[in-house]
Amino acid sequence: MEVILDKKRSKQRMIFYGFALLFLVVMPFVLSEFRLDLLTKFLAYALVAIGVDLIWGYTGILSLGQGVFFGLGAYCFAMYLKLESTGGKLPDFMEWSGVTSLPWWWKMFGYAPIAIILAILIPVLLAWFLGAVTFRNRIKGAYFSILTQALVIIVYTLFIGQQGYTGGTNGITNFFTVFGFSLMDPDVKLVIYFITVAFVVLAYVLCRRLVNSRFGNVLQAVRDGENRLRFFGYNPATYQTFVFCVSAALSAIGGMLFVLNVGIISPSMMYIVPSIEMVLWVAIGGRGTLIGAIVGAVLINSAKSLFSEAYPDQWSYFLGLLFVVVVVFLPQGLYGWLKQRSASWKWMNRSVKKEVALDESVIGAPSGASDR
Amino acid sequence: MNKLWKRIAIGVSALALVFAAGCSSETGVSGDTVKVGILHSLSGTMAISEVSVKDSEMMAIDEINAAGGVLGKKIEPVVEDGASDWPTFTEKAKKLISQDKVATVFGCWTSSSRKAVLPVFESLKGLLWYPVQYEGLESSPNIFYTGATTNQQIIPAVDFLLEKKLTKFYLLGSDYVFPRTANKIIKEQLKNAGATTVAEEYIPLGNTDFNTIIAKIKETKPDVVFNTLNGDSNVAFFKQLKDAGIGPDTLKTMSVSVAEEEVRGIGPAYLTGHYVSWNYYQTTDTPENTKFVAAYKAKYGAERVTSDPVEAGYDAVYLWKAAVEKAGSFEVDKVREAAKGIEFKAPEGTVKIDGDNQHIYKKVRIGEIQADGMIKEVWSTPDVVKPDPYLKSYSWAASLSSN
Amino acid sequence: MEVYLLHLFNSLSLGSILLMIGLGLAITFGLMGVINMAHGEFIMVGAYSTYVVQKTFMDYLPKSWFDSYFIVSLPIAFVMAALFGYLLERVLIRHLYNRPLDSLLATWGVGLMLQQLARTIFGAPNVAVTSPAWLDGGLTVMEGLVMPYKRLFIIAMVIITLTSMWYYIYRSAAGRRMRAVMQNRNMASCMGISTRRVDAMTFAIGSGVAGLAGSALTLIGPIGPSIGTYYIVDSFMVVVLGGVGKLIGTIFGAFGIGFANTVFEAWSTASIGKVLVFLCIVAFLQWRPTGFVKMRSRSLDS
Repeated sequence: MEVILDKKRSKQRMIFYGFALLFLVVMPFVLSEFRLDLLTKFLAYALVAIGVDLIWGYTGILSLGQGVFFGLGAYCFAMYLKLESTGGKLPDFMEWSGVTSLPWWWKMFGYAPIAIILAILIPVLLAWFLGAVTFRNRIKGAYFSILTQALVIIVYTLFIGQQGYTGGTNGITNFFTVFGFSLMDPDVKLVIYFITVAFVVLAYVLCRRLVNSRFGNVLQAVRDGENRLRFFGYNPATYQTFVFCVSAALSAIGGMLFVLNVGIISPSMMYIVPSIEMVLWVAIGGRGTLIGAIVGAVLINSAKSLFSEAYPDQWSYFLGLLFVVVVVFLPQGLYGWLKQRSASWKWMNRSVKKEVALDESVIGAPSGASDR
Repeated sequence: MNKLWKRIAIGVSALALVFAAGCSSETGVSGDTVKVGILHSLSGTMAISEVSVKDSEMMAIDEINAAGGVLGKKIEPVVEDGASDWPTFTEKAKKLISQDKVATVFGCWTSSSRKAVLPVFESLKGLLWYPVQYEGLESSPNIFYTGATTNQQIIPAVDFLLEKKLTKFYLLGSDYVFPRTANKIIKEQLKNAGATTVAEEYIPLGNTDFNTIIAKIKETKPDVVFNTLNGDSNVAFFKQLKDAGIGPDTLKTMSVSVAEEEVRGIGPAYLTGHYVSWNYYQTTDTPENTKFVAAYKAKYGAERVTSDPVEAGYDAVYLWKAAVEKAGSFEVDKVREAAKGIEFKAPEGTVKIDGDNQHIYKKVRIGEIQADGMIKEVWSTPDVVKPDPYLKSYSWAASLSSN
Repeated sequence: MEVYLLHLFNSLSLGSILLMIGLGLAITFGLMGVINMAHGEFIMVGAYSTYVVQKTFMDYLPKSWFDSYFIVSLPIAFVMAALFGYLLERVLIRHLYNRPLDSLLATWGVGLMLQQLARTIFGAPNVAVTSPAWLDGGLTVMEGLVMPYKRLFIIAMVIITLTSMWYYIYRSAAGRRMRAVMQNRNMASCMGISTRRVDAMTFAIGSGVAGLAGSALTLIGPIGPSIGTYYIVDSFMVVVLGGVGKLIGTIFGAFGIGFANTVFEAWSTASIGKVLVFLCIVAFLQWRPTGFVKMRSRSLDS
């Protein structure tokens, strides 16, 4: 769908990128410390959203288990942070739970590089294993979604049950420093913010290249006609598994940045609700558009925070209504809607019209609907 | 296409404005009001318990405001929803302290939510009043604990059962920190007393089928089930226990998370004759309580009931007020210093803050659930019990904590 | 010996409960393909309807009538939930028939709102439903094996619901129209069937069955604003495991999970049991990717 890249368009794109970057750079000077904190968190979510968009928006597989990868990444990094705060001694929750010495696999997480590598590797391996088996068996559509829900329940119940090793329902919390820097120091927070921004930009650029490449075309072909693709001699399972792994990695990185910013990870983040919310960000922002995913994550979470601050007793109504209205009336999400609107205003602009037509053929066409 | 980018730019700037609007920071104490935070789950699974505590805290605030406020200032509550999700509790706690600059916060129910906000309160120098009984082994300088710790609820409950010559214990709890820690303590206590634990079982939160558990209870034939289940699981457990033909005449249960509020939600018919352990019941006979219950019902409806956490939340607001007045300031450090040894004539009787661990001296009361949903006190400690969160005064508990 | 019989009875009982909560979804999701995340909230609607009926009996009717409240509440719970379902279909779902995964997201929002609605109307704490006296106690088969009447009642209720659903779907004219629409909407429409009406009715019936389940669950479980969340995943597992589109599959799914859960839980702990059950589900789906009973279809991409 990004076939047409005339000069004018790319110039506008550059202007937009400039605006977006300016926005991200200016924010720390405009926002209070608390709001900046929130923005950092939402940007960490945006990474997750990019992953969801890759697997769902582009490849047409709805995973309702992204929270698991998010959580695993977050837990691995939180284990490192916890050990840093205890100085390698037994964490407090192990003591309550009757664990008397640090298990060997916990000790591994005392080394930052290992912890960070494992934080990405473990979710990716899990995604690879699940994907390799599941996609080869051609499980798709709602069946795959339900299967990922089963994964959510398994991991969630395990993490709660193993209180001595995972902190149980409490999760892992009560750490104050990273690499010796205080997590509550405003300057450190600013650095974390920019690191998060850097990751989002990097992820965006890399994923943009991915989806614009030949590989990206195959992904969309998987979404729109898996069997047709198979007849051409491609093996969709390979592509699906690869994208599933990439999205798991993005979720895991998002999880690590989340822990750094929020200072807690608990199993509730791996339960059903967050996983569905992650999909909603993308649906509302605009599936199949990377910008839409990022905007959706930031916008929906801002809305949630602001609604719940303004109406602590009633905010569920607003949020629920927002989901319903956007999903029903803006099937392509906010970004898709904007794109369409601006196209219809400038209907005389031929190239745009052509592009929208192309867009619709991949996003809104009934042929793709059956297995989306 | 130009328009599209323009629109996005506008959208982005609007977002920036929304964010910026939130950062007009002002201090919590301004003019003739002082802001305090109320942080409970108003949505999600924990709302079934926490909303009532929020209500009693709001009632205390209204009463204080009607009587002229604190240090001549009216209290302005800022209510936030923790949504039964611990990271959300962290976010809202940060918001209350750094954005609203509240003088203090009343809130939390689950231990998990308290553990989640603890680092926030400690590093941002906030003050939290926590109104629910919990598993002990904690004493943060930034938290006041107005509910019972283990030696004010669980240990006396076990003693009471042992006195009744019930020695075979079945430990049943929800799968989270409070039941696991409580059971660890109970097991030590039982070992020390020569009694036995026949089984220890944890149910995932929200599980509502107890057939298999009840089959196991029948198999192991305990004298008593010590129940640390939480929330909805209690409803299913007691309904199904009765259906299996097990009543208090054949098997006693002792619950530490079932109060009047929960009895109302389960239905007294299923619970009559079972034991509970708390520090306060709606039936507790003090003049303060008569007034408190009447006021609560007048405000929220005659069918509402008061319970231990509801009362502890109410006490917390008054204890904070007393401490502020003694300190003559809203500053956290001064309030904390002044709070040491402060007394308050609470509905449960006179309570006192322990200066060392910031817990509260409380009377322990064992109750039996009645057919009308009220709880009758069947045993109580003669005097208030000194809080001992780390169980230092119990020799058998030495192995439980290294602090 | 009696321990094994007890476990057998328990798995049967758990299976019947799972079937009860899954049956409604077998229609809305299985037949219609709507991923209805508000299904749990329809169960909640049924439970609260039962509560309201009970309260009305307590407050306004003679005491001697009280024991019959439960029988009255069953049809009312069905109608209330069906009404909500009908409304939801007319307002929302009908826009989403060719976008099944979008129906998931929209109904999720609806679920959020329904929960909050319950909180606004009935308050956040749980409410109590006291079951009628004639369901107290149980049938003593032998020493150590008591079958509670409530459990037997739910098993009976499932059998009746199932039979009437089977009759409706496979033996009545309305059911034939319903199957026609679900199998080939365009063709059915050409034959003069009002697909809109059939859609709305089908969805209403599925929701109504969920309401019935909610009413039955008041006998053994809690009644509160968020109870829907406890049942939603289980009900999807039941339908998917059995195979979408066939009632017989749903029966298999329910009793399969019920049996596995009871055995694993008896043999280990509740947490480990749960993990094992879901691991089995994942493994099973690898073996039978579209559930136990397959819908035969010639189309490649369905």
